[in-house]
Amino acid sequence: MNAVPHIEVRDLTMAYGDFVIQRDLNFVVNKGDIFVIMGGNGCGKTTLMRGLIGLQRPAKGTVFYGGEDFWNVEPEQQALLKRRLGIMFQGGALWSSLTLAENVALPLKEYTALSPRHLAEIVSFKLALVGLAGFEDFYPAELSGGMKKRAGLARAMALDPETLVTDEPSSGLDPLPARRLDDLILELRDSLETTIVVITHELASILGIGTNSVFLDTETHTMINTGNPKEAVASGDAKVRHFLTRGTA
Amino acid sequence: MNWSCPMVQNRNEKQWQLDTRRIGDDLLELSCAGRWCLDQDLPTAVVILAEMGDNLRRLSFNTAQLSAWDTRFLAFLRALLTLCDEHGVSIDQGGLPTGVRHLLAMAAAVPEQKVARRRSGKQNLLFRVGMATIEFFRGAPEMLSFLGEITLSFGRLIRGRARFRWSDLWWEIEEVGPRALVIVSVISFLVGLILAYLGADQLRLVGAQIFIAGRTGAAFAAQLGTMQVNEEIDAFKTLGISPVDFLVLPRMLALMLMVPLLTLYAGFVGMLAGLLVSTTIFDIGMFEYYTETLRALQLKHFLVGLSKGSVYGAMVAYAGCLRGMQCGRSAESVGEAATSAVVTGILLITISASLMTIIFYRLGI
Repeated sequence: MNAVPHIEVRDLTMAYGDFVIQRDLNFVVNKGDIFVIMGGNGCGKTTLMRGLIGLQRPAKGTVFYGGEDFWNVEPEQQALLKRRLGIMFQGGALWSSLTLAENVALPLKEYTALSPRHLAEIVSFKLALVGLAGFEDFYPAELSGGMKKRAGLARAMALDPETLVTDEPSSGLDPLPARRLDDLILELRDSLETTIVVITHELASILGIGTNSVFLDTETHTMINTGNPKEAVASGDAKVRHFLTRGTA
Repeated sequence: MNWSCPMVQNRNEKQWQLDTRRIGDDLLELSCAGRWCLDQDLPTAVVILAEMGDNLRRLSFNTAQLSAWDTRFLAFLRALLTLCDEHGVSIDQGGLPTGVRHLLAMAAAVPEQKVARRRSGKQNLLFRVGMATIEFFRGAPEMLSFLGEITLSFGRLIRGRARFRWSDLWWEIEEVGPRALVIVSVISFLVGLILAYLGADQLRLVGAQIFIAGRTGAAFAAQLGTMQVNEEIDAFKTLGISPVDFLVLPRMLALMLMVPLLTLYAGFVGMLAGLLVSTTIFDIGMFEYYTETLRALQLKHFLVGLSKGSVYGAMVAYAGCLRGMQCGRSAESVGEAATSAVVTGILLITISASLMTIIFYRLGI
């Protein structure tokens, strides 16, 4: 067993000026977890994500990756830590002036010395993995919202990151593609040992694939539960159970 | 006590009616009858509160005679509920229609976020001036740090380590240069005509550069702003690719290269316009105009024009990219970024023009 947790969030407070979004967050993401960040609309899931991946400095506290203090290391070291993360943004965040293939290829070009042919092979494999085979030369504007999301996932996976952070991967998708996406995430975990951090409020995903979680509360602006979501349904805090059962328990 | 609606002409529906009845010491029963709908002028909850008196502890409803209700009724009740809550009066909703009770419950299910409510309402002029001033000084370090980032980015470019695509640079060059020719021609020609008539020197500034601040600066801000909204810039940051290198540098270079050329071209078109006025109106011969122009023009005019153009181009690109990168995360803020880019661009052009005039004067050029 590894004594140092994969990701540890310690005393984290995220705020916009005086407006505290979430405070005093403490939780651990273990290697191989499918870690769900859940909570109602506007509870600060995405803001927490921005603190985890280096887009917004926390008002207080920090995040450790493999024991390294992400927010207090030298910029070069922080860049190295960032490189081990793959991020899938809510709307895909594809670069609009590049084709899908160029979008997926850019991280690879940046950090590997692959030949153009190998690059193209990897790119089409990644696109096929998310069900977008043959869309290499399409521009993001020519795709539907769900397709953009999946292309965003392909780009996030480009460098086979140790940790994949996805913001609402399956919201807005039909049940079947959403299911496929869950299967893909499971597969990534099992075959590539990717640790997955997923922001979602899709109950099917939370209960279907989540192995660990944190629940952010909108009213008290802090977390009220962490652990396996399946156990939370049975024995967790009333608010968490309420959320996970759509208010039927 | 009894309130009722003043009679409305040409309307057959029963109007609203509200009766209050004291039951015992501390209970008040409200009887709502008739229509309680959006098209009516209903009483406010405060009126009833005044009626309630000090010793009231409970409130109940009787809606047996209620013929129609909609959101207006719900809003009235919600305000009443809030008031009662504040005054420690308990409410028995048993007498309300089932639908009303359910909707009220749903509205109350998610408690209001106290922090989420923004301070609103009008602030006085002094307050707003103060806030604007604070905002300005808060913005200044941000402007400087962006300038620093661009400088670093140019440093990387010189060392051959900046990451951007040359194809993007060519694309931007084409976008800001050749595609601007028609409108630059028209403006320069018209300005040239005016100059020839008036001999006014100050108008020269109103030419190509201001136009570029509008056309290109706004476009840059809108493009980068939209990328900000789409999280595209975040995606660059998380990958460790500098958005300044990838997005700002090619735009900056394109304008610094193309504006001097456009300035020269604008000057040429302006001279053509002058020729037209001179020959047709002032009876100056074409040959005479040509030799006089040649005599007046010196190489240093070209050099000054080129260097000024380059500076103006940099200012416009700086303003456009700065406002684009500062853009918020909504469609509205993209519009604000574009507007602000034009204003900032023209301001920076004016400031740098004044500075350069002084510098060139001191240098004796």
